[in-house]
Order: sequence, then structure tokens, then C-alpha cells
Amino acid sequence: MARRAGAPEVSAGSMADIAFLLLIFFLVTTTIETDAGLDRMLPPMEPPTEQDVIVKQKNIFQVSINKSGQLLADGELIQLNQLREKATAFLDNGGAPSGTEDYCKYCKGKRDASSSDSPSKAIISVKSDRETKYSTYITVQNELVGAYNDLRDRESQRLYKKDFTAMEAEYLNPETDKDVKEELKEKVKRIQALFPQKLSEAETSTSN
Amino acid sequence: MSKFAKKKDGEVPAVSTASLPDIVFMLLFFFMTVTVMKDSSVKVSNELPQANEIKKLEKKDRVITIYVGAPTKEYTKTYGTEPKIQLNDKFANPSEVGDYILMERAKKSQELQNVLTTSLKVDKNANMGLIADIKLELRKVNALKVNYTTYEGDAFKN
Repeated sequence: MARRAGAPEVSAGSMADIAFLLLIFFLVTTTIETDAGLDRMLPPMEPPTEQDVIVKQKNIFQVSINKSGQLLADGELIQLNQLREKATAFLDNGGAPSGTEDYCKYCKGKRDASSSDSPSKAIISVKSDRETKYSTYITVQNELVGAYNDLRDRESQRLYKKDFTAMEAEYLNPETDKDVKEELKEKVKRIQALFPQKLSEAETSTSN
Repeated sequence: MSKFAKKKDGEVPAVSTASLPDIVFMLLFFFMTVTVMKDSSVKVSNELPQANEIKKLEKKDRVITIYVGAPTKEYTKTYGTEPKIQLNDKFANPSEVGDYILMERAKKSQELQNVLTTSLKVDKNANMGLIADIKLELRKVNALKVNYTTYEGDAFKN
């Protein structure tokens, strides 16, 4: 009998099969998570105060959605795709006359005295019905956030030659460097201050 | 000329499959690392609406998820077809949302408890009434940061 030189070689031919088996298992169980969406802050529960905060009617842009998905913006029946334009016009109006403290230097709107005074005063209020479909509501929210983003992008382009949304995404990305983050934070905060997001949500109404 | 003349035996040389396991392993590791094991199965139909002005939800450990939608086929008999809230593994009423959030919050470490986001994964056919109830409950327990989780896409296709 011949002496064996060493341990016998194990056949690795089935290695690929085993690996394939595992691969298919992980392929099947993988779910690519959809973890992106619209961020919103809810108003805190406050104890009822005696005096109401008085906001001028012209500084409120009232958006109502009824149960069949129709849209009423500032008393006018509009289509969903007109909303962004309307909201942008309202926010960018800058109606306060020059010289007053509310005067908005960077606004490029019509400066209509009957619309919002300045972006920091302008409030968009969304009111929905209990039977409004969620998808319609999301579209409305998306358009309003879009209006803010458009204006912020414009200012960001003017000041830093960069889109605000890109800067913000980089700022929020955990992989961004600390130094870069600090620098971005300042810019992001500045742009946000120019067009502060003031989206208020009224209680839903019950339709009768 | 004969230097470059090919052997004319007419056979195609076999492709070596020795590197096949390596390739497969590479794919395997990729899928192993991207896989997220779900701790609860979704019992409601959950087709999210689309939006394009979205922000990514970073850091999964800071997210509490609430599912809303009509119960899937196997549950329609017991729970009906009206949209329902799903917390963890069971259906719940809007009044239970607050307790759930507080419970989940208590599970997280101290420094994360103030930076939690509530991700609302709501089916696009749900009504706003239910969402309003959830939002009210969230406000009661001071969980104010919400994220309406959506797919990326054209918002007008909803």
C-alpha cells in the first residue's frame, strides 16, 4: 500500500452550490427599506391660553381639502398642480412697504399689500376633512414643502451658488465630515431663517 | 506565420469555473450586509403614496414605526376592511398609540429618547380621520417629530 503524502484533499466543487443556497435565501428575505418621507413637526399640546395670538388674515394662506379631494386655496377652487405656484407667490410676496421692519429685501414677488407681509410672517394653514384620502393629503404636503424648497434653493443659489436641498441632504448625512458639517450648518440655518417653514395644521373637520 | 497558427483541434476550451464560488460569495456577503430582518410582519396592506420632496430617515435606531392600512386578506374576516392601525404585531385602536410610543421610547437609551422620530407608514387609501386621531395621540405624549414615509416618485400620480 502506498503511503499517503498528507491529508486527502476535500473536494470544493460543492462550495458554489452551498453559497448559492445561502445567496438565494438572503435574496428572498431582503427587503429594501423605504425609509424616506416628509418630515413634519406637530404642534405641542398647550394648555388653553386666555388670549389668542392675533395673526393678520392676509398673512395666512388657507388650504382646505374636502372629502372628494378638491382643493380650496385662499377661497379659490384650484387644481393640485397650481398649488405650488400659488404657495410660492404667497410666500415670496413681501407686501410690507420698504422702510418698515418687516420689509423683505430678497423677495421677488408682486409686493401686493393684500397678501403676506414677509416670509417670516407668512403662515400656510392646511385643513383636511376626516374623509380626505391620505394620498391627496401627502400630495398637498409635498407641494407645500416643494414651494418652500424652491424658494430656499433660489436664495441658496444666490448666496452660495448651491442648492439648499443638496446642502441639507449633505448636512443630514451621517457620513459627512464634522468640519464640513459645521460649515454647512451655518448656511442651512441661514437659508432656513430666510424662509422659515410655517405650516400649520388645523383640526380636521367632520363633514355632515 | 506558423508561430501564431492555432491548434486546429476544433474544440472550444472549457471556461474555468474555479472563481465561481468567489463571485457567489461576494454576492452573498453583499446581500447579507444589506438585509434587514423584519421583527414584525405587516398585517395591513401598505402601499405608500409617492412624493418627491422627501428627506431620508437616517439612523434606524431612532425611528418608531406605525403602520396604517386596511387589514390584508387573511385578517379581513376578523377585523373587517376598514383601515386599522398596526402597532408591533397587533391591531390597535387610536387610543393605544400613546402607550405604545411611551413603551417604545422607554426601550431606547436615555440620550436617544428626545430625538426619536415617528415614522407613519400609511396606506394611500386610508382616511385622514384616522391620521388625525394618531396625530392627536402623538401630541399628547409629546412625540412631535413625525415622518410621513413615502415612496419616491411623482406626487401627482397618487
